[in-house]
Amino acid sequence: MKAIVVENIIKRYKAQKVEVTALDGISLSVDQGEIFGIIGPDGAGKTSLFRILTTLLLADSGYATVDGFDVVKDYKKIRRKVGYMPGRFSLYPDLTVQENLEFFAAIFNTTIKENYELIKEIYSQIEPFKDRRAGQLSGGMKQKLALSCALIHKPSVLFLDEPTTGVDAVSRKEFWEMLHRLKVQGITILVSTAYMDEATLCDRVGLIQKGILLSVNTPKGVISAFRSSLWAIRANEMYALMETIKADPAVKSCYPFGQYHHVTFNKKEQIEEHLNRIVKNGSFTGVEMFPIQANIEDCFMALMSN
Amino acid sequence: METEKVIRVQELTKKFGDFTAVDSISFEVTKGEIFGFLGANGAGKTTAIRMLCGLSLPTSGIASVAGFDVYKQNESIKKNIGYMSQKFSLYEDLTVVENISFYAGIYGLNDNQIREKTGLLLAQLQLEGERKSLVRSLPLGWKQKLAFSIAIVHDPAIVFLDEPTGGVDPITRREFWSMIYAASARGITVFVTTHYMDEAEYCNRVSIMVDGRIEALDSPQNLMSNFEGRSMDDVFLRLARKAQRTS
Repeated sequence: MKAIVVENIIKRYKAQKVEVTALDGISLSVDQGEIFGIIGPDGAGKTSLFRILTTLLLADSGYATVDGFDVVKDYKKIRRKVGYMPGRFSLYPDLTVQENLEFFAAIFNTTIKENYELIKEIYSQIEPFKDRRAGQLSGGMKQKLALSCALIHKPSVLFLDEPTTGVDAVSRKEFWEMLHRLKVQGITILVSTAYMDEATLCDRVGLIQKGILLSVNTPKGVISAFRSSLWAIRANEMYALMETIKADPAVKSCYPFGQYHHVTFNKKEQIEEHLNRIVKNGSFTGVEMFPIQANIEDCFMALMSN
Repeated sequence: METEKVIRVQELTKKFGDFTAVDSISFEVTKGEIFGFLGANGAGKTTAIRMLCGLSLPTSGIASVAGFDVYKQNESIKKNIGYMSQKFSLYEDLTVVENISFYAGIYGLNDNQIREKTGLLLAQLQLEGERKSLVRSLPLGWKQKLAFSIAIVHDPAIVFLDEPTGGVDPITRREFWSMIYAASARGITVFVTTHYMDEAEYCNRVSIMVDGRIEALDSPQNLMSNFEGRSMDDVFLRLARKAQRTS
């Protein structure tokens, strides 16, 4: 059985006279024990999808199951089995750390003791502050408490909506290490993020933009589907270099990537010669160029522009 | 080479009770520079920025911004800087044009200047068709680009950008950085925080704060060679992992 099945889900919102299509016919399935990433910018439809799957929002049409249960008919069963960490901090700020955890354990008819092993590694980091009110915690600690509360009933599927937004690179890395240890315990994880680099940490990803899935694949599969040959180039005059490259009719795309620009062409042959000509005509200095493999962000941008 | 210093900071410190949020930081930023101000959550970045913007008085140390002293001339600082963040930028219930006029007015532009700037901004951002749309209805990427343009509508000496591109799609994120380059080319100094490490590499120089102190400050190239990292991500992880504070 698939942990999650989504078939042709459509969700529209009406605000005054304007209608927005948040999800425009989304289909995907997630295997048990898989870490599946929904990768896309704000406004792509990620949260709508999460709220439909956690039975908090009704789709306009389409069909979805979680753990084999229908999100409309069997919503009570789903609510008992899944863990959900919304993007916005949603615990009780006036309760202490421990009170929050006890509250969620009690709601799910369990105790902290019963599932302590599952949350031990995460919860032990905030346990020294267990008498502090949740509202007084720092961002990182709130996140750990929210994850502990979402896990306290040993859910079969864990929904994490943008758990790393606004989180620094170190804490993000630690968070993903934590998710991989949960996966080993057999928990299926659906996680959304706007950080493209996190895609490579998932088993499979769905790239989403404007309510449409651009691609559903393994991270490697997404990358191998990138057909153009991609070059990295830098010079001392980075801004002028980009303007010059973009103005060239043979160039398909040119995007800055840290120290380099990533360039694709409308043709396959003689790319190095072509770039050399651009560099020479523009009298650029300190030039460095080489072919590279696309990363997820290159792929996302290529799919976005199609 | 322009070497005018628009930000000077010497041993700047801010304590809250026993807690030293910012611990004797020193640096200078040159006119037109794109200065990346990095650090883990809780490292003290926001406290430092609030002092530089004239919103919070330091406990000790010296700092001047756009030539004004942070202790005595904080009102002058506010008039000469721009500020935008992901969390606070524009009024959602006002239209595009209303937001422009409102901020331009606050920054003291007269009616002619406001009209002129409004036309210019709408053309640059290709937002002419949306001039009467509520800001709420714009996609996030457009909002952020508009917010940035408005933050520099009064041609400030410095613009402070606090995680301006969080959650923005990768193409718009790059368009946003083109705007940053253009502002810097006009002589506006850009002071920016980000969690995207590739964006750190777009900066002329980058400082990395750990537990209230500046642990490293240099160009991205030098940081990468000094800390033997292939990317700024490597450098950041190496430094920020030393942090003792819980975030």
